[in-house]
Amino acid sequence: MTEGLKLKVERRDGLAVIYTDGYINNQGGEEIAEAAYGLLDEGFTTLLLNLAGTKIVNSIGISILIEIIEKMIEVEGRLSFCDLTPTIEKTFHIMGLAQYASIFPDEQAAVTGLQAGAS
Amino acid sequence: MSELGVLEETHLTFRLAPEMELEVRACACEMAKSIRMSTDKVEEVGMAVVEACINAIEHSRAADGQLHLGLAVLGSAEGEEPQVLRITIQDQGVGFDCSKLVPPRIEDNLKSIRKRGWGLKIIEGLMDEVNVLSGEGGTSVVMLKVL
Repeated sequence: MTEGLKLKVERRDGLAVIYTDGYINNQGGEEIAEAAYGLLDEGFTTLLLNLAGTKIVNSIGISILIEIIEKMIEVEGRLSFCDLTPTIEKTFHIMGLAQYASIFPDEQAAVTGLQAGAS
Repeated sequence: MSELGVLEETHLTFRLAPEMELEVRACACEMAKSIRMSTDKVEEVGMAVVEACINAIEHSRAADGQLHLGLAVLGSAEGEEPQVLRITIQDQGVGFDCSKLVPPRIEDNLKSIRKRGWGLKIIEGLMDEVNVLSGEGGTSVVMLKVL
């Protein structure tokens, strides 16, 4: 068994970043969802998921990310991704996730892009 | 790719269990690396293998509780240069009717309670050729990745 996914959250002005470290499977996806919904309850409607520490995901984990995207659409918020491996990014494109969630190459680009989108 | 011969072949059996997909992935990636497949392609092979295993874990209901992995390096007989990695994931479960599979669409998925069913679409998107054979004797997913 692998160690569970580790998460770190940074709250900034109008933006919360969730950093993942490890495998995003069903358990990992649920942990991300719990963190994301907690941040929504705190009033953060712009969330950035930094996947720099994640090299493997599976479709069960991604299906939970789709639930988060659905929730963000409901509350007129926004979930974005950055620092994806090329394979994870390709997988998100195969699934069409990029139509509903922005994908940025790195955190700097994400912050700049999200600030530009908010203004 | 039918004219290619088998240069090297390995068969392994695993017990179907949560997270066994990571062990199977590691074996497939190791073989892909050994034939000097590019890093991005190795990762794509790994993701496709994870998805094939998850389908078997979730749906096979294999009485023997086993998953069989076949790894074959294909190449032309003359040069013996590896050209293709063939990965076969096989179970002896209950099988399913491939003709009834409906490819998922994100726009429908977002509105639906069930957000699953992406495995085969991901595999087909990441691999160069995929064949699924399923029936009463179980399911076999054969995936090819060109170097």
